[in-house]
Amino acid sequence: MNTAVENISASYEAADQPLESQMTLSMGPQHPSTHGVLRLELKLDGELVVKAIPDIGYLHTGMEKLFEYKKYQQGIVITDRMDYLNPLGNNLAYVMAAEKLLQIEIPERAQIIRVLMCELQRIASHMVWLGTSALDLGAMSVFFFCFRQREKILNLIEAASGGRMTPSYFRIGGLMMDLPAGFDNRVRQFMEDFPDALDTFETLATGNTIWQSRTKGVGYISKEDAISWGLTGPCLRGSGVGLDLRRHNPYTGYETYDFEIPVETDGDVWARFRVRMRELYESHKIVRQALERLKPGPVKSDAPKVVLPDRDDMRKHMDSLIHHFLIVAEGFNVPEGEVYMPIEASKGELGVYMRSNGGPKPDRVHFRGPSFVNLSALPVMSEGEMIADVVAVIGSLDIVLGEIDR
Amino acid sequence: MTEKLHEYVEMLRVRNADWVADVKDAFGEVTVTVPAESIERACHYLRDEAQFDMLADLCGCDRGPEDDPRFEVNYHLFSTIHYNRLRLKVLLSEDSPRVPTVTGVWKTADWHERETFDLFGVIFEDHPDLRRILLPSDFDGHALRKDYPLRGYEPYSMN
Amino acid sequence: MGLENNLLESLPDVLTVRLDAVINWARKSSLWPATFGLACCAIEMMNTVSARNDLSRFGAETFRASPRQADVMIVSGRVSRKMAPVLRRIYDQMPEPKWVISMGACATSGGVFDNYAIVQGVDKIVPVDVYVPGCPPRPEMLVHAIMMLQDKIMNESVKDRRDTIESESRQSLVPGTLPITEGTAAEKLTEAEVAQDQVSRPYTIPSRHEKRRSS
Repeated sequence: MNTAVENISASYEAADQPLESQMTLSMGPQHPSTHGVLRLELKLDGELVVKAIPDIGYLHTGMEKLFEYKKYQQGIVITDRMDYLNPLGNNLAYVMAAEKLLQIEIPERAQIIRVLMCELQRIASHMVWLGTSALDLGAMSVFFFCFRQREKILNLIEAASGGRMTPSYFRIGGLMMDLPAGFDNRVRQFMEDFPDALDTFETLATGNTIWQSRTKGVGYISKEDAISWGLTGPCLRGSGVGLDLRRHNPYTGYETYDFEIPVETDGDVWARFRVRMRELYESHKIVRQALERLKPGPVKSDAPKVVLPDRDDMRKHMDSLIHHFLIVAEGFNVPEGEVYMPIEASKGELGVYMRSNGGPKPDRVHFRGPSFVNLSALPVMSEGEMIADVVAVIGSLDIVLGEIDR
Repeated sequence: MTEKLHEYVEMLRVRNADWVADVKDAFGEVTVTVPAESIERACHYLRDEAQFDMLADLCGCDRGPEDDPRFEVNYHLFSTIHYNRLRLKVLLSEDSPRVPTVTGVWKTADWHERETFDLFGVIFEDHPDLRRILLPSDFDGHALRKDYPLRGYEPYSMN
Repeated sequence: MGLENNLLESLPDVLTVRLDAVINWARKSSLWPATFGLACCAIEMMNTVSARNDLSRFGAETFRASPRQADVMIVSGRVSRKMAPVLRRIYDQMPEPKWVISMGACATSGGVFDNYAIVQGVDKIVPVDVYVPGCPPRPEMLVHAIMMLQDKIMNESVKDRRDTIESESRQSLVPGTLPITEGTAAEKLTEAEVAQDQVSRPYTIPSRHEKRRSS
């Protein structure tokens, strides 16, 4: 009986002592807040994160290898599935890399429409970001408001290209086809209702004290660290670096549009949130300007060996038919060389490294996904925070696993 | 537009002529081929003197099993101050695909080098944590090599 | 006494049928999905849940993160080789009754991605009840799939849905191994090959409804 009492008191003594060892928690691939199949190994000291190691690859699709087996035109379809919240951006990067190799000029109307669709896509992508980040932090109603706006944009994209989320609207040398009649009126109507929606978001999220206290001071990364870790996009602009590839490495005529680059200096989740909210206003401005400039004109460039002819043309003229057949059946040969084409996607710098050996299929296509690089800085941002703050940090990085894992 | 980049190449050549094995200027981009053993010092120099403070991309490429050197590693440098881009290229043979790591210069090279190792088998010396990142850790082979079949060797089943 | 004697003869069948109807009606009207969004189809699934196409009017009120609390697993997106054992494990952790909807072309058959990295069809891992084509399928298609699943549930019997024995269902899966359900292999294996395969592959014991469903 003495030993039993001793055992009991010994166990009480052991319970008084704090936990000596750290706990490893696997925030596993199936998790409601990881925005996809991301696994985080968190070494925890109680609730405090000592080390956070991302483990990716659960959505690896081998897209880069697939590109080498598909002709250039066929590869456009695969790019949609990469960053599936910003498919038009992926399309644009791939198509522009091929155009750089082929050195063909894009007509003006196609460039304006590209800007218009990319900015609409940026708004849609930020809607998902805001909705899911808010959902993770507990604000569920923001999710429904955001997806309501996103439905409108998806209807517009579907009207133009036929696909809601996988449009594949851009082609090498221009667009798939021209915008439908009345499209600009629909966009104007959406743009008129959009500022009210933005006011709703400002009230629900920005003005919310709970939101502010959950995001201010959380997930800090300094300016030098951000550059060294290769962050781009809103994550970098939230740390004080005013870099926007639409202004500094411009493409498709972005240098002629008038917009500001929102920059915040705090470097925490709140700063990145404010940058993205302000970007919504800027995208609104750019869409308005693009609508003013739309004039009738061709949307495919004059390169019959590369660009598919219009259906009418193909049915009536023999040489168009032959070109159509050759492009679809054999593809077109792209001159030998390598290019790196960076664009400012909604998440950061999306760069396409394309290398050709003179044939109809690329030799190597590599996508530098912004989310891949942004996620690699997660350990820096989340060490020393609590688990709930890690969720906020992941939300602020705006990661898409399709782009990370490719 | 590429004149500024050629000035950087000249600076590099003046610093150490061995570092610049070849220069190519095409499609508005300048590519400098650097021998493998000196890539880390060249990158350090470019970061400090030419303000290329961000490594935009690091990707590998397989030229084909018949070519020698077989592998390449491309470093895409970017300057957030002058907004210039420069590409450095390292050629590696199949027998010894080893190249020093540049994680000491830019921390972002960490994950990019792991990805290149994972998909091509290029070994980065002195890398802090070189292991597979995208493919499963028990995967056999390096998937993006040209002699690895597209559909793999067998449908997903027991090993 | 006479009444009970008469009723007892007809009672079991009558009761079973009516109990089946009531239970199946309850099950189909409150199908809670497990969040298994993998890729682009997951976003369309989120669109289905949001206000425009509201899935909760079909009973799928909440998406439970824990598989222990979920009824249906909507596999939305491409399943890579690294993710396949995780998928199987989550499926095993769901208690009976459970159903699987394979949403999208990638989950149904590998989709656009016929390569080394993607499992060509999630029915090589778990038994599937409803396949939804599309890349990604429109939200209305997913709603139609849920309705088809509800029709399928109404035709089931309570006797088929028995839990696997707890010790067997806790058996953890060896990573890199893949269980194959009957009837999904493209070519017909001879009995000897099947016997040999069964011996060499560790496999979680399928529940009775799996065997019934995958024919």
